[in-house]
Amino acid sequence: MSDRKEREPYLRMSGVFKHFPGVKALNGVNFRLFPGEVHALMGENGAGKSTLIKVLTGVYAIDRGEVELGGIPVSIHSPQEAQNAGISTVYQEVNLCPNLTVAENIYIGREPRRFGRILWKEMNRQAEHLLRERLQLTIDVTQPLQMYSVAVQQLVAIARALSVSAKVLILDEPTSSLDRNEVAQLFKIMRKLKEDGLAILFVTHFLDQVYDISDRITILRNGEFIGEYEAASLPRIELVSKMIGKELELQGNDPARSGRTGAPKEPLLEAVGLGRKGAIEPFDLTIGKGEVVSIAGLLGSGRTEMARLFFGADRPDQGFMRLTDGSGSVLSPRQAIDNGIAYCSENRKTEGIIDDLTVRENIVLALQATRGWVRRIPRKKQEELADHYIKALNINPPHPEHLVKNLSGGNQQKVILARWLLTQPKLLILDEPTRGIDIGAKAEILKLVLSLAEQGMSVLFVSSELEEVVRVSDRIVVLRDRKKVKEMQEDIGQQQVMQAIAGG
Amino acid sequence: MQIHRHHLFWPLAMLAALLLFNLIYSPDFYSVQVRGGHLYGTLIDILNFGSPLILVAIGMTLVIATGGIDLSVGSVVAISGAVACLTISRGSDQGSIGLILAAIGLSLALAVVLGLWNGMLVSTIGMQPIVATLILMVAGRGIAQLITSGQIITVTSEPYAYLGSGSLLGLPFSIFVVAALFAAAGLLTRRTALGLFIESVGRNPGASRLAGIRSRYVLIAVYLFCGLCAAIAGLILSSNVSSADGNNAGLWYELDAILAVVIGGTSLTGGRFYLTGTLIGALTIQTLTTTIYMIGVPPEITLVVKAFVVLVVCLVQSETFRKSLAHRWKTRRYPAEREVAKHA
Repeated sequence: MSDRKEREPYLRMSGVFKHFPGVKALNGVNFRLFPGEVHALMGENGAGKSTLIKVLTGVYAIDRGEVELGGIPVSIHSPQEAQNAGISTVYQEVNLCPNLTVAENIYIGREPRRFGRILWKEMNRQAEHLLRERLQLTIDVTQPLQMYSVAVQQLVAIARALSVSAKVLILDEPTSSLDRNEVAQLFKIMRKLKEDGLAILFVTHFLDQVYDISDRITILRNGEFIGEYEAASLPRIELVSKMIGKELELQGNDPARSGRTGAPKEPLLEAVGLGRKGAIEPFDLTIGKGEVVSIAGLLGSGRTEMARLFFGADRPDQGFMRLTDGSGSVLSPRQAIDNGIAYCSENRKTEGIIDDLTVRENIVLALQATRGWVRRIPRKKQEELADHYIKALNINPPHPEHLVKNLSGGNQQKVILARWLLTQPKLLILDEPTRGIDIGAKAEILKLVLSLAEQGMSVLFVSSELEEVVRVSDRIVVLRDRKKVKEMQEDIGQQQVMQAIAGG
Repeated sequence: MQIHRHHLFWPLAMLAALLLFNLIYSPDFYSVQVRGGHLYGTLIDILNFGSPLILVAIGMTLVIATGGIDLSVGSVVAISGAVACLTISRGSDQGSIGLILAAIGLSLALAVVLGLWNGMLVSTIGMQPIVATLILMVAGRGIAQLITSGQIITVTSEPYAYLGSGSLLGLPFSIFVVAALFAAAGLLTRRTALGLFIESVGRNPGASRLAGIRSRYVLIAVYLFCGLCAAIAGLILSSNVSSADGNNAGLWYELDAILAVVIGGTSLTGGRFYLTGTLIGALTIQTLTTTIYMIGVPPEITLVVKAFVVLVVCLVQSETFRKSLAHRWKTRRYPAEREVAKHA
């Protein structure tokens, strides 16, 4: 990158604000993109990455702030305007038409015409030329797109973006469904495009890839602008700590959980080579009775995918899982429940509560499911159970007949916890149980986790909050880029965990 | 709880409005006479002629509660009548009770098969309910015509005619069938956990699966039950006229049944269901049909009038519509509020 380019960013956003009711999605964010660079935009869930992209592509209007393109202030009102301004986007899911030909997909809506007639030959020739020259891809452009692999489809999407004389290319998680070789191929092409002077904005959750390809990194957190860095001079550990918002200096003296480690626990469950393609690479993991095992890692590192395999919510395609009491296999949630496993999903609304039912009905649901439809839990008994857990977990408002949709997030979470505690599980899997709930409820839930473990229940705890992970765990499993990279048992401190997450 | 917030308030209000209209415009509507120990009158007729619709609508309620829909009920009505009448017409003694029971049993057994078919398509194969049941809706009409050989099969069987036109304790027998099935549906869903499972699966299938509910069996059960309800309706309908017409029996019943369910307050998106609401909804539709005939609307525009009333009923029931109407009323007087409310 020459000095002249350094002085002249093609795209400059300064002090950009975008608020939604109750959410400050972008709070004074700055962003610069230079021609001929790959710029990684990093941040955890809710950091504001997608909002920033949507602002750039004209989906959202900004509340305040400036956007300049080539030194001229602009305001982009629609995706069409963004394209005309030279900003093209390739989204995570390829949104092309699989049944149309490659050439049609590239030129749809902009076909070369004469007297209103489409010049098919000309179009195919141009498509072939574009793919060959700029993406080094030689394929038959008259074949339907669905004939080709996801990786090629991704390249076609990029070709479509380039065909509108793009100056800025936004790649939103382009690698999430590609394998290693395909990623390498994509990176080769990205490097070539970079040399051609294109400015590339790259979003990914894979740390290795960030360092592989990016020149610069901009970090956002909770809608705040954290900083812009040269990739070469930003150590991984610092990147991670800036993303999750923990200053390194404050770390070391964090009291790790003590007193409960020591004697090795009798194993409850054992996963051997368990894995699922595209979700998580095969791993071994043993969970002891009464043990709290945490899964730590960045967003997209495979935390949820791992938890779901344990519950049979997704089927593994490799390896197996064994319960030490020798009971049956776990290939569906129902089998998991019958084997004493319970799972609180991170998606409370779509996979947790039944919003139109009452608190009571939500609480008894899983227990009733195991009893079958004939042996209904008598109404009186249902009320007793609901009342018991409303008191025990401090659910507010304390009315079993309230619709669960009218409760706050934290109380909904407690309702789901109650649902599972009622089944008296041997292993409780909690996926981000404290996300989006207030501090008081968070503390209560953590306390509950610890007291359950005291009583002999095993807990598999997934959280992006390192502080929580460190506080409750006997053992921490660290994931990176959909792979189990480390298991930590002793001297668990936030810094060590962060180091493991960042890798080397 | 305020009374107008109860889920039965608006369905009842609509029915009451229709009845009130009749009180003013056709006083004959309410006259009930006793002739030979039987009750006669428009109100009785509404219950009697409305009973097949109520039966179909009860089954439809459960299907809709799972987030599905069953378009095939009209065809099942035709098939069940056709099978029963064919069986009876083939018998040597059309009046024998054994033959009648066999005919009814055969109809119901076939309905179970058809219900299973719908249920499997939806749950096991994962077809969209509207498409899955459209298949039987179209094919079923053909099957019914095949059974009747395209003719109208007439039977002369007194015991069979009793089902649809006989009286018990002075009331049409079909009313007792409806009452029994209504009670059975209520017990089946509310005294077991089936109702909870249906509402749970209908409202949030993903969460239900993770809670351990086997939604496949729940779906099969509701389509099976819906098929049975339609078959019983078909028996009553064909018994009432002592004949089976593969072409026209039960024609458009699916639409009236869906309408009855919706008027009763059960949402087409699935979840909470209200059997009593459905009952009121079906009675509302039957009352409306009867009213239109009684006040002498010219036959060529009866459907238009019916559609218009249905539109009004649906709009009044819609909370969104009521709110926006109330809002407009308010902002007419305070124009500034329109701006404020937009952001609320």
